[in-house]
Amino acid sequence: MIVVRQKPVDEICAFVTRHRRVLLVGCNTCAAVALAGGEKEVDLMAELLRLATSRKASFVEFSGTVLTRQCEPEFLEQLDSEGYDAILSMACGAGVALLASSVDVPVYPALDTLFIGAAQGLASWEAECSACGQCVLGRTAGICPITRCAKGILNGPCGGMSDGRCELGDRDCAWVLIFQRLEKFGRSEEFLEIAEPKDHSLRTRLVTWDAHEDGIR
Amino acid sequence: MSLREALESGRFAVTSEVGPPKGTDVSQMLDTAEKLRGHVDALNVTDNQAAVMRLCTLAACVHLAQKGHEPVLQVTCRDRNRLSIQSDLLGAASFGITNVLALTGDHVIMGDHPQAKAVFDLESVQLLEVVGALNNGTDMAGNDLSGTPEFFVGAVVTPDAHPIEPQLAKFEKKVRAGANYFQTQAVYDSESFLGFMETARSFDAKVLAGIVVLRSAGMARFMNKNIPGITVPDAIIAELASAQDPVAVGIEIAVRFINDVRDSCDGVHIMAVGAEHLVPRVLDAAGLWEVPS
Ligand code: SF4
Repeated sequence: MIVVRQKPVDEICAFVTRHRRVLLVGCNTCAAVALAGGEKEVDLMAELLRLATSRKASFVEFSGTVLTRQCEPEFLEQLDSEGYDAILSMACGAGVALLASSVDVPVYPALDTLFIGAAQGLASWEAECSACGQCVLGRTAGICPITRCAKGILNGPCGGMSDGRCELGDRDCAWVLIFQRLEKFGRSEEFLEIAEPKDHSLRTRLVTWDAHEDGIR
Repeated sequence: MSLREALESGRFAVTSEVGPPKGTDVSQMLDTAEKLRGHVDALNVTDNQAAVMRLCTLAACVHLAQKGHEPVLQVTCRDRNRLSIQSDLLGAASFGITNVLALTGDHVIMGDHPQAKAVFDLESVQLLEVVGALNNGTDMAGNDLSGTPEFFVGAVVTPDAHPIEPQLAKFEKKVRAGANYFQTQAVYDSESFLGFMETARSFDAKVLAGIVVLRSAGMARFMNKNIPGITVPDAIIAELASAQDPVAVGIEIAVRFINDVRDSCDGVHIMAVGAEHLVPRVLDAAGLWEVPS
């Protein structure tokens, strides 16, 4: 899923205090799962903003609604933003962007989009994928070095690794994990294959993708 | 005799390092180099070491070469993409600078510009292959070069890494990618180093043992705690702790290590880490003061 986190209320306040009636729009997919943009969070954010803006003696009205998914036009059609002079989107960047292109009032982000990740436990997530457009997990035993190695190294641990931890000190060394898992599957030999430099032109050109053109449907 | 000639002829080689200044005043760097003139085969020039911004390595190498020193251009992948790395390498070769040490480089987060964008378009293993391509007369994209460099390219290895297996596998990869020689991370336990050399000997690459002179027990403990891949054994820490003159004992420890390993490796790489004046003392005490020409 796309992992998101709420921006500080002060930062959001700076967007909305210029307006009179602001509609908060949540997203019931990733943002809701990440406890940042579901129904509860939309209500809570509206409360927080009422409080914060009234302290600044500005009179802004806030109402809230939640869409099934903000990154699909089909669901945006259900949005009624009549009478509002700004929208605060509580979705990932893709949701903010699509919403902003479909209405005639300013749309502001209430969240920061962090990464593509997986749940680690209750309310915690780990980055697992950098959307590089050319998946390498087949040769790295399912652990992404582009995402989880601080340097995106493709050929094994750097000299900064210490007791299995990354030189940055905030994570396990991805390459020690990859090595151990390859070993477990009797695939240590594969570690010795030199991975060529990544072709970044793929990523650069990946701005749209049309499954029809690819003949998928 | 160049570093390449020394290593290829099988003579025990000695390298040390100098760091470019933060600023434009290269006099101290040149002074340090001057004190080592005639006593080392080559001087590594660090590349924004520890991700701290300094005068560029290539310019520092040119200063040294103009004074008749033999520099080793350290190249990290942290600050430059593949175009920039290749063009710097060609620039170096155009000045006759052909010793290269290929490194991935410390992360920018570790240095004095932690907000910078870390590049890592390539990494050490790939960089070794790039140098190989340039030596074969083409760039990474396969385009022909007019004028072909003759780089003598090395890499680093950490013999005391924990766990060691992935580090050894990476060492093998670096050999496959064309590393002619290795300079190791600082090593202190001669027995464990000799164990590493047994593995290293099955590959066709020269190994220079990394030496950092310990100046106090505190420094040893600090390195154990903070520098990845360095293990100073407890016995050595105790020796330093009880010493009247810890610097003299630190030199003794380094000399003892060199004597223990000199028949099993191809040279030593002495890193000064802020105490350049100790390098000649170590070389002298180890009987390595006179480099045969
Ligand atoms: S320690 Fe491991 S995860 Fe961290 S930068 Fe080095 S190789 Fe990558």
